[in-house]
Amino acid sequence: MDSAIANPHLDHDAAEHEHIVLPQHRHHFATEEQQREAGSFGMWLFLLTEIMFFGGLFFAYLLYRNWYYDAFVAASNQLSIPLGASNTAILITSGFFMALAVWAAEVRKKTLLVIFLIFTIVFGLAFLGIKYVEYHEKYEKHHIPGANFDVSEFINPSAYGLNEKPLPPDAAQKTQMFFFLYFAMTGMHALHMIIGIGLLFWLLARAQRGDFTNGYVAPIENFGLYWHFVDIVWLFLFPLLYLINRHPLAH
Amino acid sequence: MGISPVLWQFLVKWLNASALFPSEASTIAPYMDALYFFLLSITGIGVLLVAVLLVVFSVRYRKAVHPVATQIEGSTLLEATWTIIPLGLFLICFVWGALLYFRIYNPPVNSMNIYIVGKQWMWKAEHPGGQHEINALHVPTGQPIQLTMISQDVFHSFSIPAFRIKREVIPGRYSTVWFQATTPGEYHIFCTQYCGTNHSAMIGTITVLSPADYKKWTEESTSGMSLAQNGERLFASMGCNACHSGNAAARGPSLAGVYGSKLLLNNGSQVLVNDAYLRDAILNPSQHVTSGYTPIMPTYQGQISEDGLIDLVEYLKNLSSNDRVQQTLTTSQSDQAAPSASGVVKP
Amino acid sequence: MPKKNFINAEHGLLSWLLTGDHKRIAILYLISITVFFFIGGAFAGLIRLELLTPQGDLVSSDTYNKLFTMHGVIMVFLFLVPSVPATIGNFLIPMMIGARDLAFPKINLLSWYLYIAAGTIMLTAMALGGVDTGWTFTTPLSTHYLNTHVLTTAVAVFIAGFSSIFTGLNFIVTIHRMRCPGMTWFRMPLFVWAHYAASILMVLGTPVLAITLVLVGMERVFGIGVFDPTKGGDPLLFQHLFWFYSHPAVYIMILPGMAVISEVVSTFSRKRVFGYTAVAFSSVAIALFGFFVWEHHMFIMGVSNYSALVFSLLTMLVAVPSAIKIFNWCFTLQQGSITFETPMLYAFGFMGLFTIGGLTGVFLGSLGMDIQLTETYFIVAHFHFVMVGGMLMAFLAGVHFWWPKMTGRMYPESLSKLAAVVTFIGFNLTFMPQFILGYLGMPRRYHAYPQEFQVLNVLSTAGATVLGVGYLLPVLYLAWSLKYGAIAGDNPWQATGLEWQTQSPPLTENFPEIPIMDHEAYDYEWLEHKTQHEVTHVG
Repeated sequence: MDSAIANPHLDHDAAEHEHIVLPQHRHHFATEEQQREAGSFGMWLFLLTEIMFFGGLFFAYLLYRNWYYDAFVAASNQLSIPLGASNTAILITSGFFMALAVWAAEVRKKTLLVIFLIFTIVFGLAFLGIKYVEYHEKYEKHHIPGANFDVSEFINPSAYGLNEKPLPPDAAQKTQMFFFLYFAMTGMHALHMIIGIGLLFWLLARAQRGDFTNGYVAPIENFGLYWHFVDIVWLFLFPLLYLINRHPLAH
Repeated sequence: MGISPVLWQFLVKWLNASALFPSEASTIAPYMDALYFFLLSITGIGVLLVAVLLVVFSVRYRKAVHPVATQIEGSTLLEATWTIIPLGLFLICFVWGALLYFRIYNPPVNSMNIYIVGKQWMWKAEHPGGQHEINALHVPTGQPIQLTMISQDVFHSFSIPAFRIKREVIPGRYSTVWFQATTPGEYHIFCTQYCGTNHSAMIGTITVLSPADYKKWTEESTSGMSLAQNGERLFASMGCNACHSGNAAARGPSLAGVYGSKLLLNNGSQVLVNDAYLRDAILNPSQHVTSGYTPIMPTYQGQISEDGLIDLVEYLKNLSSNDRVQQTLTTSQSDQAAPSASGVVKP
Repeated sequence: MPKKNFINAEHGLLSWLLTGDHKRIAILYLISITVFFFIGGAFAGLIRLELLTPQGDLVSSDTYNKLFTMHGVIMVFLFLVPSVPATIGNFLIPMMIGARDLAFPKINLLSWYLYIAAGTIMLTAMALGGVDTGWTFTTPLSTHYLNTHVLTTAVAVFIAGFSSIFTGLNFIVTIHRMRCPGMTWFRMPLFVWAHYAASILMVLGTPVLAITLVLVGMERVFGIGVFDPTKGGDPLLFQHLFWFYSHPAVYIMILPGMAVISEVVSTFSRKRVFGYTAVAFSSVAIALFGFFVWEHHMFIMGVSNYSALVFSLLTMLVAVPSAIKIFNWCFTLQQGSITFETPMLYAFGFMGLFTIGGLTGVFLGSLGMDIQLTETYFIVAHFHFVMVGGMLMAFLAGVHFWWPKMTGRMYPESLSKLAAVVTFIGFNLTFMPQFILGYLGMPRRYHAYPQEFQVLNVLSTAGATVLGVGYLLPVLYLAWSLKYGAIAGDNPWQATGLEWQTQSPPLTENFPEIPIMDHEAYDYEWLEHKTQHEVTHVG
């Protein structure tokens, strides 16, 4: 690709004094600084597209929560706050370790970088593990939207030991809409996390080789941006999905 | 002339059958056409202006006669001119169009209502008097007619080009459009929203008749029961009368006279009871609970067709007293208790 | 042709398929979109053939529905959206701002592979039986009422969307970060401004299409009722989500065309574009306003009358910047020194036809008028005027204009002029009758139609035949020129852009040394100065 350019010194203009061309410097960039800024800018732009992508789901959520508030409350109360809150804490912790990893790369401490990346992965996997538990529970209770959806828990909550307001049957059907959005939004989020964890393994391997502790921090930094974005999306999802009209003594 | 008489005949016949402009057959058509000609004029002038500029400049400043170009930065005055003038013209189009739009989509109060149900791939028209038509519509001149339309499946769109009206026909909610026909004759009805295989076959004919002819037609083509009578039958057979009996202690509110009223719901809001409300209340009752009642009404989603809903809505529109409801309470244990055809209910 | 250039720098198929060179990627795109253009065009030919007669007698209804769907999907997503940006934009933007490549060459290549993947999946859907949802995927038809390959096509469009997003992302970062010394924003060619605006639309709008397609797919596969009224969903939600992208999409398609016109009109009048700042800002204004007019595709769908008012007003506003551009281009001619090479002919065609197309958009933005015209052939005529009479003409203008730069060869001028005229005539004959048909009420997407519409349909089909010839000719003579065309010099048009100040075809690294931009854009006096002794005007 850029190997077509024979002589890297061709593009140094007069103002630049001789200095070591950094190994990561791609030759279509005038300076490594330009490359770094471009990479960072590119990642921010990509995150902007992700905001628009999730935005469609948030818009659908807005609409249907407005239309079917009671059903959304009842359905939301089915989600486990302890699990959701734990996941929030876990993901924030994962983000914290990612931030530490960026720092470690910047101060060129390879072992720390590797450790922090591992912790980031571990907490990320923990998040996904809890999500699996939650999804499985929904599966068992027949709360996955579709042919097998069971509304009885919403029509007759007391029979299930729930201290909830019973819903009329047509409103109870609308809980499917909530659960669809729940699975779509958290599922899309989880997909982004899975991709992120995959990238983390790759970064881990390269970090272990020492690729990121000699001044070339950009991939860690830019991935950090992505990871924090995924974190922020969850910080919106959690209250919107788990905390609709919760009362302290309700559940 | 060198043209063979056969070809000539063919051309004449062909060209005569071809129209370049639709006939104006409704009261709103001339207004639509006026806006159209205004827009055509602006377009014509705009294109002419651009063409003239291009041609004149090309001729005057072609290289052969103008070998050296004069570099010009721009002209704020010109920029302002060709910003403000087009903007002004477009805003005129906006206001004019908006006025026309509100006119077409806000029916006058004395409109006669006809229901249209669109489904793949046919139009069903249901007159309140019980006349049912498929891919056809008979209407009188001189009478504003409102079409209350709904789809049974996908998006369709009901269009009568000669009347200059069109509205989307949507599943799940009523849409309306109105017109007043002016000229007897037959005109096209088209479905204009792609709806699957036979979209192009979902066409019909609207026949405009003089009021006298129309009256004759309604008498000749009635199926016996008006929509409201059918609705009364459904009201009993589906068990609605059990809760909405009009008794003081009934589980559901009385529905006599509810159409057109402002209803207080149990969540504190006030709604106007119109066609859309009635239909929604049958399908999603828990969101339309009258104040003072509990949300125990079951949903009829999936149990009544759009035609059935129209019958019920039409019935409720005309329900002024619960007398007949009370009567049918005792007879509706079997589900085929139909009232007599010459009933009290207005067709 | 002397020297090393980007074409002969490396040999072998892999050097092309694994390239990071924006110019090679541009050529890869050019070949691919041409292929898809002719596939989409073949479908158009069949459509017009069917419409010669009022009866649906050439193909079955289902086949016809597949034809117009595939025509639309291919033309919009595999031709119009990438046409100028991915070919001419890719090739030129780095050169125009004095950079060696786009910011992310690998992502650029990925973008092409995504495009190819999308195209392959779409062809697969076609081979397996096609899809008949219309390019607009209207629900609930597409989610619950069709058995065709909706999901496959949706996946293809989803992937094509990411191809587009990555192109736009690349452009934005490049334009922000990689301008050469002295290249301020207001010294950039207007071509770059327009692509910048289009890139913003690509980056912000396309993801919404992506999520919409995901929702349609999920509804189809899992039977959820997001858009299904019987399950509490709202079919109008789909319309809002779909048109939120698909309206900006039309500006994604036209802005790069306008980009080309600025360059062509300036060069062949030997004059700075009149009102540079106005034209630059009008591109951004179109992008901005373009995000806020989507509901004008839904005026008759039972939206609130008051929201319709708002969107109609905004639609009128978005029309103004386009008008500003047209007039600025016209006045660029004034006091110029004009020649009429093929790119200029296409540019003239653009200006006339886009004016008509754009003004007919005002018809549609006017609420009451839209009632009669929406969903009829008037709409078909309107968008073909702006897209084919506008965008495609601009694309051809651009391909001809930069052909010498990209290939080092000149195309045959007389033949190309003929093709331009043939295209113009064919186009008008095809689409003018459709305006009349629209007001008469002939609906879109109709396989069969009432007898009285036949004359106009026959005229339209006749035009389409002529148009087809007009499009075939360039493919033939441009291919011919690769081997037999006259060698073009560095700057056959004596144009001012940085791309013209270096060899044709360019070096892989674009410039021997990064240029320093020490003059304004379209500075013909600077150019005079520079090439006092070496004017080699070809043609």
